[in-house]
Amino acid sequence: MNRVEFPMTRTCPFAPPPRTEELRDNRQVPRVRLWNGTRPWLFTRFDDCRVVLSHPAFSADKGRPGYPLSSAVAAAEVLGAPTLLIMDNPEHDATRRLVQTEFTVRRGERWRPVVRAAVDTAIDGLLAGPRPGDLVASVALPVALSFVCELLGVPYADREFFRSRTHTANDVTLGTAEAAAARRELEVYLTDLVRARAVAPGDDFISRAAARITEPRVLAGMALLLVTAGHDTTANMIALGVLTLLRHPDQFARLRGEPADAAVEELLRHLTIVQRGIRRIARTDVEVNGHLVRAGEGVIAAISAANRDPDWFPDGGRFDIDRRARAHLAFGYGNHQCLGQALARVELQETYSAIARRLPGLRLAVPVEQIAFKHDMAVYGVHALPVEW
Amino acid sequence: MRVTAHKEQCVGAGLCVLSAPEVFDQNPDDGLVEVRADQPAAEHADAVREAVALCPARAIAIG
Repeated sequence: MNRVEFPMTRTCPFAPPPRTEELRDNRQVPRVRLWNGTRPWLFTRFDDCRVVLSHPAFSADKGRPGYPLSSAVAAAEVLGAPTLLIMDNPEHDATRRLVQTEFTVRRGERWRPVVRAAVDTAIDGLLAGPRPGDLVASVALPVALSFVCELLGVPYADREFFRSRTHTANDVTLGTAEAAAARRELEVYLTDLVRARAVAPGDDFISRAAARITEPRVLAGMALLLVTAGHDTTANMIALGVLTLLRHPDQFARLRGEPADAAVEELLRHLTIVQRGIRRIARTDVEVNGHLVRAGEGVIAAISAANRDPDWFPDGGRFDIDRRARAHLAFGYGNHQCLGQALARVELQETYSAIARRLPGLRLAVPVEQIAFKHDMAVYGVHALPVEW
Repeated sequence: MRVTAHKEQCVGAGLCVLSAPEVFDQNPDDGLVEVRADQPAAEHADAVREAVALCPARAIAIG
């Protein structure tokens, strides 16, 4: 078992690597070999992943020796301003609580009209543009980028800068230095923004958070997290979600008349775009449902496999918006569970709804075999989505 | 059914609010859980059980 490499390869672009599902069903927990020779334990069952993501013995600090980094670019996350992603308790919860009010369900609801307007503008752009159009360039990226720009209060004109530096920071084929340089550029921009808002506060996240996060470096780090983790994910969910809905036209058609919240949850579960799992390292010896992990050993929670665990999601490969299975791990679990999830839900609901209503004739302009999937990125998606309407 | 929320464990995910908005809310100042009805009507029982199961911090208890 110790020659099992990770990540594993998909055979179908709409399903996890079959080997991860076999391991889950056979209840096997192998040590897998990563790109840098580290050998973390691979957990694929839902219950085990929940333990990995919530037990206090597991650390998210990528700076710890032996941490099972997903790629060289992940190493860049411990350089520069610290973010919630790499903090452990007590620092993590104390820092997150300073901004939690910006990410409540209620706050998410307030963003609905803003998102709806951005989606309508993007669809207008698609309709006015060449045919076939590209849903990624015309809708997914603009909606996701405009949202993050609105949230931070930065000019929409700067969106290409955010998009390209985030892309570099998340491109697992690159090296640590390139990712660190991209992150550094974002940090410089955001630190300048923090200083500017300190002098002239506005109605935006940074101005409001500055009342509670008094260290500029921590505040810039928080903004950096929102940029890097907060638009690439939603853009990929928009595009990949639409592609999935196009493959299930009866369910897509229902979104013309009914709210999209159930569809969003099922898309999150079915797609699980954080495709290389969520990693941790054990601080002390710890048992994961009877499986011993020793201090210093790495672990991977393979959430895409866990999100099809038959104990929790019967016939998990079937895409069914009536499933109402909201326990999925697409946003993670434990205290690091996605900070932006309430906002992401609203963003996705409004986007799928508007596309269903305004583009009822939407269809792929190429055979699905010609779609370029992001097999090599930390976050799964499609590079482009050629569509006709 | 008696509902208690351990605010010190809460991470503000809001899944309880999405499951049972009549029973749970998030404090506008800190985003953490507040129980609106600590002995909710029977019609909310299933939703409350879902909230307990979904909470990423296991911060909700029923008894």
